[in-house]
Amino acid sequence: MIVTLEVNGERRTAEVAGWESLLWVLRERLGLTGAKDACQQGECGSCSVIFDGQLVCACLVMAADAEGAQVTTVEGLADATDLHPVQRAYVDEGAVQCGYCTPGLVVATAHLLTEHPDATPDEVREALAGNLCRCTGYGSVLRAVAAAQGASDPAGADREA
Amino acid sequence: MQIERPRDLDELLAGLDSHPEATLLAGGTDLMVDVNLSHHRPETVVALRRVDDLATWDDGFIGAGVTYARMEAGPHPALAQLARTVGSPQIRATGTIGGNLGTASPAGDTLPFLAAVDAEVVVASRGDRRRLRWEDFLLGPKHTALRPGEVIVGVQLPERLPQRQAFAKIGVRQAMVIATVNCCVVRDEDGKTRIALGAVGPTVVRTPAAEELVSSQQQVSATMLDEFQRLVSDDVTPITDHRATERYRRHAAGVLARRTLERCLPR
Ligand SMILES: Cc1cc2nc3c(=O)[nH]c(=O)nc-3n(C[C@H](O)[C@H](O)[C@H](O)COP(=O)(O)OP(=O)(O)OC[C@H]3O[C@@H](n4cnc5c(N)ncnc54)[C@H](O)[C@@H]3O)c2cc1C
Ligand code: FES
Ligand code: FES
Repeated sequence: MIVTLEVNGERRTAEVAGWESLLWVLRERLGLTGAKDACQQGECGSCSVIFDGQLVCACLVMAADAEGAQVTTVEGLADATDLHPVQRAYVDEGAVQCGYCTPGLVVATAHLLTEHPDATPDEVREALAGNLCRCTGYGSVLRAVAAAQGASDPAGADREA
Repeated sequence: MQIERPRDLDELLAGLDSHPEATLLAGGTDLMVDVNLSHHRPETVVALRRVDDLATWDDGFIGAGVTYARMEAGPHPALAQLARTVGSPQIRATGTIGGNLGTASPAGDTLPFLAAVDAEVVVASRGDRRRLRWEDFLLGPKHTALRPGEVIVGVQLPERLPQRQAFAKIGVRQAMVIATVNCCVVRDEDGKTRIALGAVGPTVVRTPAAEELVSSQQQVSATMLDEFQRLVSDDVTPITDHRATERYRRHAAGVLARRTLERCLPR
């Protein structure tokens, strides 16, 4: 069946099969490989996208049910010349090792800072609890979030994650 | 695969009338895991998220489409507490109470709350509506009384809910865990206490002997708490699986029930 949705501000259509997730359609049909395909069961958050204003796991959205939705993926965050402030902060803080988790974390952080810019360090941890990183140890991720928040004292970033 | 995306209850019920065997899709947080990993291939899907009637929350009536994110911000302390333990923000943004009931996992986190307050499950099909007590709806692991052509419309809570209520859950991490044991306790001003536990039986269970012990007491002594804990441990029927052994669950159920009750007692 044909599904029409808005991805990063552009109207897109895709031919989808019943079993396909939004993640699959973004990656395999629309060529947007930013959202990563890892667990396919909502556990890792590497496929996080913003779906009608909410942070979701794209692997758990049935593509056929995404008709008419507005989706923002990591590709939609930066403008033509500049990185999104959250991306900048992740780069500056070295919050990336293999990078597999990074698109999901960046999207989740960008969403958090839109919804709740003054999140406390504990609230940040709770907000990112669904995004797993097997490399960095989270300290640098939390520092990046604090930097993106504009906090001078990233309290809690060096606590054991 | 064929998909229907109804916008209101009438359209939904008409759709289900013509496809009584259709698979219902709410937030997809259980169903899509099944589709992705078990290669479940539904032939007909009826998507529920556009049906406004299912998203209503009107005092004691909570629509099936109400998400954990909304429960977290809602008026019932134990429901808010349990919602906050579910999955991650991504899961809480889309996962619904109707989906938790539809899945009917023995570990479903809304179920101890619904059982402790004696909620009813409201289901509808074209031209018919039924209200089932929670234990008449939850029949076993992943098994409910829902008939082909029916949809869960929501849950009806009793008119007055005890203000003293608490939910607690044991798992290996604070976030993203399915309960090893979960528990909800509610206690009236006059001491009447109800307790329900999940993941320690085929479906959520109440433990009447333990309830009775503490219900007649305004003051609950330490000895009585010991006895309460023992009665809960004796009454549950857990199994051993990859999350925990039968013995651990039995012990944990007693301890968790006691701590949850303590939170409902005056300090
Ligand atoms: C990473 C992850 C973490 C999770 N953590 C938890 C947790 O901590 N605690 C917990 O309890 N669960 C947890 N779950 C399971 C799941 O999120 C919940 O059971 C959730 O409530 C399911 O709701 P849904 O709207 O996503 O349901 P869906 O997946 O859309 O549907 C689930 C089932 O219910 C049926 N259904 C849905 N709505 C209706 C309706 N209105 N009428 C009739 N049938 C219906 C569907 O047909 C399907 O069989 C987790 C899942 C994931 C992927
Ligand atoms: S791939 Fe979606 S959460 Fe892991
Ligand atoms: S950087 Fe490798 S998983 Fe996070």
